Amino acid sequence: MTITQDDLRFDPDRKLKVVGTTPIKPDGVDKVTGRAKFGADTHLPGMLVGKVLRSPHAHAIIKSIDTSSAAALAGVKAVVTRDDFPELPPGEFRDISSNCMAREKAFYDGHAVAAVAATSERIAKKALKLIEVDYQVLPHVIDVMDAIKPDAPILFEDMVTKGMDPAPDGPTNILQRKEFTMGDVDAGFAEADIIVEREFDTKPMHQGYIEPQACVANFTEDGQTELWCCTQGHFVFRTRLAAVLKMDISRIRVTQSELGGGFGGKTMFYAEPVAILLSRKANRPVKITLTRNEVLRATGPVAGTHSRIKMGMTKDGRFTAAEAELYFQTGPFTGSAFANAPQAMFTRYDLQNIRAVGYEVVSNRPKVNAFRAPCVPQVVFGVEGVIHELARKIGMDPIDLRLKNAATEGYKTIYGATFGPIGYVETLEAAKAHPHYTAPLGPDQGRGIATGFWFNRGGETTASLNITPDGTVTLLLGNPDVAGSRVSICMMAAEELGIPVDKVRPIIGDTSTLGFNRVTAGSRVTFSAGMAIVLSARKAIETLCQRAAMMWDVPEDGVVFEDGHVRPASSNVGDFEPLSIADIAKKATETGGPIAGHAEIVAEGAGPGFGCHIVDVEVDKETGAVKILRYTVVEDAGKAIHPHQVEGQYQGGAVQGIGWALNEEYIYDKDGRMENAGFLDYRIPVASDVPMIDTVIVEVPNPLHPYGLRGVGEVPLVPTMAAIANAIDDAIGIRPRSLPMSPPKVLKLIEEAEMSRDQA
Amino acid sequence: MARSHVTTTVNGDEYEFLCDAEQTLLDVLRDELFLTGTKEGCATGDCGACSVMLDGRLVCACLVLGVEAAGKLIETIEGLAHGDELHPLQQKFLEHNGAQCGICTPGTLIAAKALLAVNPDPSETEIRYWLAGNLCRCTGYDKIIRAVMAAAEEMREGRS
Ligand code: FES
Ligand code: FES
Repeated sequence: MTITQDDLRFDPDRKLKVVGTTPIKPDGVDKVTGRAKFGADTHLPGMLVGKVLRSPHAHAIIKSIDTSSAAALAGVKAVVTRDDFPELPPGEFRDISSNCMAREKAFYDGHAVAAVAATSERIAKKALKLIEVDYQVLPHVIDVMDAIKPDAPILFEDMVTKGMDPAPDGPTNILQRKEFTMGDVDAGFAEADIIVEREFDTKPMHQGYIEPQACVANFTEDGQTELWCCTQGHFVFRTRLAAVLKMDISRIRVTQSELGGGFGGKTMFYAEPVAILLSRKANRPVKITLTRNEVLRATGPVAGTHSRIKMGMTKDGRFTAAEAELYFQTGPFTGSAFANAPQAMFTRYDLQNIRAVGYEVVSNRPKVNAFRAPCVPQVVFGVEGVIHELARKIGMDPIDLRLKNAATEGYKTIYGATFGPIGYVETLEAAKAHPHYTAPLGPDQGRGIATGFWFNRGGETTASLNITPDGTVTLLLGNPDVAGSRVSICMMAAEELGIPVDKVRPIIGDTSTLGFNRVTAGSRVTFSAGMAIVLSARKAIETLCQRAAMMWDVPEDGVVFEDGHVRPASSNVGDFEPLSIADIAKKATETGGPIAGHAEIVAEGAGPGFGCHIVDVEVDKETGAVKILRYTVVEDAGKAIHPHQVEGQYQGGAVQGIGWALNEEYIYDKDGRMENAGFLDYRIPVASDVPMIDTVIVEVPNPLHPYGLRGVGEVPLVPTMAAIANAIDDAIGIRPRSLPMSPPKVLKLIEEAEMSRDQA
Repeated sequence: MARSHVTTTVNGDEYEFLCDAEQTLLDVLRDELFLTGTKEGCATGDCGACSVMLDGRLVCACLVLGVEAAGKLIETIEGLAHGDELHPLQQKFLEHNGAQCGICTPGTLIAAKALLAVNPDPSETEIRYWLAGNLCRCTGYDKIIRAVMAAAEEMREGRS
């Protein structure tokens, strides 16, 4: 009988020894000693330095590019432009390619237009200055709502909006429209006693990983490509590189480095194909490391949004209907994953009538990329604001109102799935019971709560588990570890095999070592790779049992595996000393060869995640500055395999949200050039900006995972900005509806609030 | 362009290198000496990933020229542990999961060590302000601050 994914069900009676503890992670020592190799830490003999020339214009036709003087400079070994990129039919890969190297037009300040490889950085920089680009500058548009105005500059004259019937006649910047509906929204609103409808704006932010993208490409004379880079998905990079460069997938080998933060921003490549083409031309390895300025001008950001959100409620606090119209700015090419938003924004409430329409709109900013729960936090900022107002209107406690409307097992979602056991109610109850929720507040202080949901993901995942001759174990995994997945996966393997976790050593293999793995994103890896490794372990255990039976000369069903040992199933089988994994491994050659297990699965059954944040703020009434006084994240993890890693996700997500809420935005000058492309002016939260972040891990097991876990990486960001805005309302009496809630904007709101008080 | 010949001491070992006038100490450490434990997050002095000690002073290696290293004593993350014995800060970062992705960790450890040298018993607030120049996008700082407090405590006990 072969064991499959379907056999991996949660067993509530299982006694756990390793899962739920907090061992030091296997990648820990390398990270505290400087040994860990990140994207920029690879050096190859003879390596050249690659540099990219970027458009200084937000929107321009590239009439011609003259690289002759640059190519003639001593020390320059290769120059590439759009002419070196294969022609591709319109579609995903042409878009990706055109983002890595501009074709007819440069679409944003920072768009790559040419690149050189030289023997030193100094020469490479000098060569860039020698490249002559003839631009015809065009009018540009930055903001999403400006981009849909009738007289807006048009990025693509021939663009036809997808999903719109009838499509707008004439040129448009609306790339696509997606609508999700359930029930009867008009009837739902007719039932409502109270309706609140509001508009909200959020600004693009950058994922803000501290490690700039870096890669080394080595193209060999026989047409093989080796690439070392920091990525959230080396297998996905490989597939897309093959398509963009028209190469066989098997001829590209991508080795992922340790990842210095990604948060969604390293699910897509930028300079990697450029480095490969430079290496092919130069016949030498080429390294490209982006500067922080390039990172901010040409990678990331998260979609900015404008949304209109309307909800109806009976006077006793039952939600009757919800409606949303959402606009997402995506840069020049699709990439916002905006369809998540209409599907996730109301999902956690027992709503039967929903209509949510999203539009993805192009503009002259960098192509957006994923960020924790892509496009969901932006619109939850609005949804949880509307619910905050609804609670106020009927004088109900905001957690009670959410409890009253909480979705539970059996709820059929707008995206078609029916919820199994979920932990939204438990999360709300834990938040309500937390001492933070009832702690006293001082003057100018306010408290807010908000909640969020994320689907969590599964997908293609492969893994291999090898039992070494001394009984210790190595794991081969296929997903970059963005924050603690490796240790959690080792813990699950150790739990299965009944051995200490330090007897399990993982590596993350390059793309030639395993089958395809979907990108590390959507909170899928600890869940999916955990399943793959449990499956691998159970296969290895089957083999261990067979081998022990062979050693004892008893039937296979006469043995059982328990606590890291194979034992006789009963005294009838015979009187044998239990065999440890090491005992069996030692004899593996005589009993049939090395012992291993591997799995190639499409992981299914990811359990949805829910969180509730409680935040206290103090507003300086003179400056409008908002200080975060206290913060508590309550979230259902299903099961925390390694609680420190889970807490780290909760805390990190919340602080990213604090930055988005209070501070982070792109500032453009009148020509569409980013004015704050550095960490001094694009200010992410620093240690002195924030308090300790308290966490509560709720555990409502996911029945479809052997240890009950749910993904935990996305939800911690989802409610943050909404919770902070609700707290600001509590402090000043007006709920901000536009991000960031920076001092000048908050000051204005304070004045507005005072004015309306005076009038009243 | 002529390159300068520089002799310096890194983690107690003497090194010689040639460097361009515009190369920073960070460039030299990483690209000439292959001491890649010191990280680059911005190259403009805003993130602290490149923190090193220069003659006992905490500096951003990206703001120091390579030629300025001549005759100086430099300490980097590679010199923090003694043999196979981790520095208490390193140990506490492991126990508290103070390194999530780990890219900010070397710089933060160097900066934290500099803090504890001048203030062995810092308050949470003092740690937060001292480390305000060491950006971390992963952890939300909570576990970093706790790790530094725990290391400080252990070091104080070790001393008494
Ligand atoms: S790299 Fe030196 S401060 Fe950022
Ligand atoms: S641990 Fe990733 S930036 Fe600090």
